[in-house]
Amino acid sequence: MTTPDVLIIGGGLHGLSAALHLARGGATVSLLERRFVGRHASGASAAGVRTLGRNPLELPLSMGAMQMWHSISDLVGDDCGFVAQGQLRVYETDTQADRELARVAALRAAGHENEVMIDQQTLRGLVPGINDKFIGACYAPTDGAADPHRTLVAFRAAAQQAGVQLHEGSGVSALSRDGSRWTIDSEAGRFSAASVINASGAWGARVASLVGEEIPMAAKASMMMVTERIEAMIRPVVSIVGRSLSFKQSSQGTLVLGGGIQGRYDLDREETTLDFRALAAGASAACELMPAVRGLRINRCWSGLEGKTPDLLPVIGPSTVAAGLYHVFGFSGHGFQLVPAAGAAVAEMVATGRPPATLSPFSAARFTTRDVAA
Amino acid sequence: MNSRHDILIVGAGPAGMAAAIELRRLGFAPLVVDEQSAPGGQIWRDVERPRPDALRNALGPDYAAGAEVAGQFRASGVDYRPGTRMWHIEPGLRVFLSQAGKAFVAEPKALLLATGAQERPAPIPGWTLPGVLTVGAAQILMKGSGQIPERPVWIAGSGPLPILYMRQLVAAGGQVAGYLDTTPRGAALRALPHLRSALRGWADLRKGLAWMRALKAGGLHIEKHVTDLVATGTERLEALSYRTADGKAHRVEAEVLLLHEGVVPSIHGTLSVDCAHVWDEAQAALRPALDDWGMTSVEGLYVAGDGAGIAGVRAALARGRLAAQGIAARLGREAGAAEVAGARAELRAASASRGFLDAVFPAPGSSVEIPDDTIVCRCEELTAGEIRAAARIHRGGPNQVKAVTRCGMGPCQGRQCGYTVNRILASAYGQSQADVGFFRIRPPLKPVTLQELAALDEGREAP
Amino acid sequence: MFKQLADPARRSFSVFIDGAEVSARDGETVAAVILRAPPHIARHTPVKETPRAPFCLMGVCFDCLATVDGETSVQTCLVEVQPGMKIERPVGKLRITL
Repeated sequence: MTTPDVLIIGGGLHGLSAALHLARGGATVSLLERRFVGRHASGASAAGVRTLGRNPLELPLSMGAMQMWHSISDLVGDDCGFVAQGQLRVYETDTQADRELARVAALRAAGHENEVMIDQQTLRGLVPGINDKFIGACYAPTDGAADPHRTLVAFRAAAQQAGVQLHEGSGVSALSRDGSRWTIDSEAGRFSAASVINASGAWGARVASLVGEEIPMAAKASMMMVTERIEAMIRPVVSIVGRSLSFKQSSQGTLVLGGGIQGRYDLDREETTLDFRALAAGASAACELMPAVRGLRINRCWSGLEGKTPDLLPVIGPSTVAAGLYHVFGFSGHGFQLVPAAGAAVAEMVATGRPPATLSPFSAARFTTRDVAA
Repeated sequence: MNSRHDILIVGAGPAGMAAAIELRRLGFAPLVVDEQSAPGGQIWRDVERPRPDALRNALGPDYAAGAEVAGQFRASGVDYRPGTRMWHIEPGLRVFLSQAGKAFVAEPKALLLATGAQERPAPIPGWTLPGVLTVGAAQILMKGSGQIPERPVWIAGSGPLPILYMRQLVAAGGQVAGYLDTTPRGAALRALPHLRSALRGWADLRKGLAWMRALKAGGLHIEKHVTDLVATGTERLEALSYRTADGKAHRVEAEVLLLHEGVVPSIHGTLSVDCAHVWDEAQAALRPALDDWGMTSVEGLYVAGDGAGIAGVRAALARGRLAAQGIAARLGREAGAAEVAGARAELRAASASRGFLDAVFPAPGSSVEIPDDTIVCRCEELTAGEIRAAARIHRGGPNQVKAVTRCGMGPCQGRQCGYTVNRILASAYGQSQADVGFFRIRPPLKPVTLQELAALDEGREAP
Repeated sequence: MFKQLADPARRSFSVFIDGAEVSARDGETVAAVILRAPPHIARHTPVKETPRAPFCLMGVCFDCLATVDGETSVQTCLVEVQPGMKIERPVGKLRITL
């Protein structure tokens, strides 16, 4: 039997980040991953590092995360391929412009200065070749994007260097409370830990149900397309108001196209299936955004399996039914940017027994208390 | 407009043509698509073209025999669309294709993949240099273009194809600088138990032996059990080095080197829809698990030809007929018992010598070390050393190694690196090649342009 | 590197590789023509800009990608050559005109 202070279920980026912060704080940490590190959402991520257009409830955590991204190598010893070339969301009608202007004004009134409005001329300077029909954009200049696999490799290496014991190919079969400790049975044997962190992504609600906690959750399978390599020409990540498209150029030169276009999924088989009719709409939006890319070839498409909550906010906080169990999952397709800060917040919560203020919107209790609409 | 055909056949090689002919005979109207501009597949590439006598004779009667099948195929009145790529199969047999830059969708009741085989990647240091091609490539050039190496050519590897090609090349007036046979010592001995069964396929074996005798009589320079083959050059191939069975190292100047380490079934289509596959130990390759009619574990999806497991042209014709008969029965029209029995008997006879051939020409296994500086992934230009370094940390298999290295993420979708990664990981993990498995296959099976895909959204699904 | 065997029945015509006139014959692929035209390569790769020539000739290696009549990244081993075709050998990553 292994007896770490903390046992983490799930070897995605959120599990790794929590593990890293906990181990740096002096805890002994074991991490169990059913398949391999980054098998699902983390390895299939578009790796957008975005505050732009985020739910204001996420902004306090997200702003902290953004600061960490700007010095990410201090945390994990590698820049994770992060480049702060901005993110922008373009619009084509005056009505859309007015709505975005009001949204950004409200953000500023709340003290968030991450977004600015830019006019068409500035937009064309930032995105040469953009279709004339787009008349302006909201722009978050310090946002950017990273390389998902490099990020995984860096967080994994940093966590291991900090002393985290990583067990891949080790799913959890049983979880039970035994006095003041948890007993966990897995393919890597039996563990006894004071605290357990549920970082199981799309399967987070299933792990919660092992202790009888019901958290409403669906899943999503956001699809991505990647093209052949072209010379560097697009710096910011571009999305379109009201359309499912995000459009960016990776450091390799490929165009990475996503934006939440949904494929199909099967949680039991741990598989996703692409829907090319839906992807065609994404390709169409990309051609409309920048007609010069029409002839580029799509080399590869994929999707990842990710948890989706009813309010599209993650569940980060203590279990509502069991002491010593903490959740961090359900990021609903926009968790990548939050990785460094969420891990730090989880570590703080485990160490102090209380979630920090930045996590208050994400309590699991929001789904179980009656005043929250079902 | 989308295809309205009940049956879609992908590939117009021997298996695809035989299936189409049989289905026409049984009263069906399949659609046949093929990447090439003419029927024949690789084995009968460009077989319909009239040729000067010298070239026709050099290519030999087995090649020429393809013209008759292609003639029957044309005469069958089948709807045949050359120059058409299949790039995705969705569950429920929704098939995405493109012809002349226009994408369209087919939703057949039965899909037959007759997509054949490809040469097994034969990675050696320097194999990406211009001047290094596969033996199959050189043979295709001879069939399609009447084109042969300008000067004496080096050929290295193992299998029946180099012997056939050398015979064809010499007959056409070309010259072989040397044949570096990489077949390991002892393979012939291990093949002996298969000889009894192989004797039923005696005609094939005798042909091969006769070719080899004739080549030797013509003064062919052969080195047996060659190892440590390296191609060198800066902008192009300039020299080869290799070690002979006596342990001596050699270096020769070379302009063209042709490589071959056998052929493996095309499995990207069946892998992409999660058909069950089996690891064929004798051929060191995956093949789809098939029923007696060639149907995969996915209802309505059939495979015939070398894509079902390497067995050669005669077997491909028989498998094509059987798949057609199975599809016909599925769609409510039984082929006659005699026709079915005939096809089965033909398949048995055609497969008789296969076990012997597999044992005589074994695939390089995970015990043969690929040097660290060898490029494994031609698309992303990653070396064996880089794959090994990743495998030391990442124990989750080919897909994890792909994620952290980008190996297999390029346009070839792992067709040139999949089996090499499999070998390296088997050795690094101490697992069998069967346990290590292959990459998960991501669509599209062939790259498709953004505008081709976008056109599907706009309802322009021509032609 | 490669030479053609005599075939008087086959029609010959010209194509252009990076502007240079090259003789081609009916029914052959663009990749086959590339292998007769010095420096016998299809492109320099987009990853490390190394020279590559057609390798497999059957559509599975993607080393023969070139620009054909303005269409980029064409698998030239799958395209039949046509009179007057303009073939360009790309160097490195693709450049697109905005």
